[in-house]
Amino acid sequence: MGFCKVIKPGLFTTIQDRGRFGYQQSGMPVAGAMDEYALRVGNILVGNPEGESCLEITLLGPTLEFLSQGLIALTGGDLGGQLNGKELPLWEACEVKAGDILKFTGVKKGCRAYLAVAGGFNVPVVMGSKATYVRGAIGGLEGRTLREGDILEKGPSNSAGLAGRKVPQDDIYTLSNHITLRVVLGPQSDAFTAEGINTFLTSSYTVTNEADRMGYRLEGEKIQHQKGADIISDGIVMGSVQVPGHGMPIVMMADRQTTGGYTKIATVITPDLPLLAQAKPGDKVSFRSVSIDEAHSIYRIYEEKIAALKRTLRSSVPQDKSSVPKGPKRTLKLLVNGKEYLVDVEEVQ
Amino acid sequence: MYDKTKYLTAGDKGLVIEFGNEISKPINEKIRSMVLAIEKAGLTGLSELVPTYRSLLVYYDPLQWSYQKLVQRLQELEGELNSLQLPQPKVTLLPVLYGGEYGPDLPFVCENTGLTPEEVIDIHTSRDYLIYMIGFTPGFPYLGGMDERIATPRLQNPRTKIPAGSVGIAGSQTGVYPIESPGGWQLIGRTPVKLYDPHRATPVLLAAGDYVRFYSINETEYQEILKKCLDGTYQVQCREYQG
Repeated sequence: MGFCKVIKPGLFTTIQDRGRFGYQQSGMPVAGAMDEYALRVGNILVGNPEGESCLEITLLGPTLEFLSQGLIALTGGDLGGQLNGKELPLWEACEVKAGDILKFTGVKKGCRAYLAVAGGFNVPVVMGSKATYVRGAIGGLEGRTLREGDILEKGPSNSAGLAGRKVPQDDIYTLSNHITLRVVLGPQSDAFTAEGINTFLTSSYTVTNEADRMGYRLEGEKIQHQKGADIISDGIVMGSVQVPGHGMPIVMMADRQTTGGYTKIATVITPDLPLLAQAKPGDKVSFRSVSIDEAHSIYRIYEEKIAALKRTLRSSVPQDKSSVPKGPKRTLKLLVNGKEYLVDVEEVQ
Repeated sequence: MYDKTKYLTAGDKGLVIEFGNEISKPINEKIRSMVLAIEKAGLTGLSELVPTYRSLLVYYDPLQWSYQKLVQRLQELEGELNSLQLPQPKVTLLPVLYGGEYGPDLPFVCENTGLTPEEVIDIHTSRDYLIYMIGFTPGFPYLGGMDERIATPRLQNPRTKIPAGSVGIAGSQTGVYPIESPGGWQLIGRTPVKLYDPHRATPVLLAAGDYVRFYSINETEYQEILKKCLDGTYQVQCREYQG
């Protein structure tokens, strides 16, 4: 039996996991969630492995009717999700039953929401992943976006007692209409003039209407090359900032082609990519350069934070009200002599 | 090829090993050697290797490798490349039905080159083509080394739909379209063999650093092979590259 029925598909709703890795050497794009943080945290909330499939919902959300009982969590941008006409809190595990209706009233903040369901979505694994790659027509639900009338099934799960778990406020990113993304310069930063690099790092760019799962085209002050913008094609990672001859940056995202022939001035660091995935046309983007070692220590903190969140949420189960009341376990980020430390705090009341 | 290989950052999880700034067979051989050397060394914490024309993109886990440590280890492997015993590259033999409805631009290639259809086919099937890289669409091989005598410019007006398996010429390049896609190559034939099938155990047939050799088949053979491909019983033929 199905888990939910698509009443309205929304603008661009797809099944995504963490991506199809291992085939880039064969020209197969990775795809996967644009905002991997929201995907991973949503899965943690409902007791799934972090990389399980979720629905990625873009700007205008779908209307779904649940056909059976299950545990869901909505994470990421606030697209006005409502369950049976009442606001559905983000970053929280919530029980649904047959007949419940989930709909979205419109964007309040961000660009993409993720609907995680205990057990994940039951679609075939194609080349190691459930991620939908729409241009290649593979993965997810027949390689396409959701359509009216689709029935989605969920996999088996044991989610008893997980309802009501919440992500602590400290672990939820703040979305804004002007974001700063940290970048590591390279691999082709030497193809730009010093002035060009300065322009890139000091001016602010606007997200254009051409911003999708493949890449975000930005508009702003022209970035100057040394000689030309063309190179012999090489590999592209998620977050690569390509600058073609017109001098405007394009940040390559989940559905990017595996190789490309334009100079890449810098690469956005992994922990900041969710912020860009939540940016929408008209939003402003600035770039700040960090060294590779700084990038790695930021990355370690990011991963430690997710691991700590997983521990926190695990220990907040079961919610037996007769036991000694404990405050939620929180992770504090402390700055000592310029170094960040993560401290787990569990207050007994 | 550079005297000293460049190691470049591609964000917090990617490292680019750049061997040169041109498309050449020695660079491609070096990339292939490096891929095999890394695989042989069995390094943990590396998730994916993406070879391209003149570089190799290495995806790594920054929780397991610092940038400096990884560069150092890869440089050691690079230093040992010459002493590495490598298997010969593989040559995949691809059957092609040339001309007719499967190769609608063969007459134009003949007109452009002043050769007969038989001569074009003879020349096209007389060499092993090096696969420089796979990209553009899943499984699309960038082949090098086509005979200049059959070089033909691209179509003035690209087609919006080219059937999967189409074999084409664009300038002095030749290639095969793995999936139906738009494109401007001059189509001279078609192979019934699927270069890409996401539901097959080996989804992509060809790999960078190996070779492709085309051979001419007739309509009956085409249909026989196509039938075998569809029911999954076709075994594509390969041999070792002779150099």
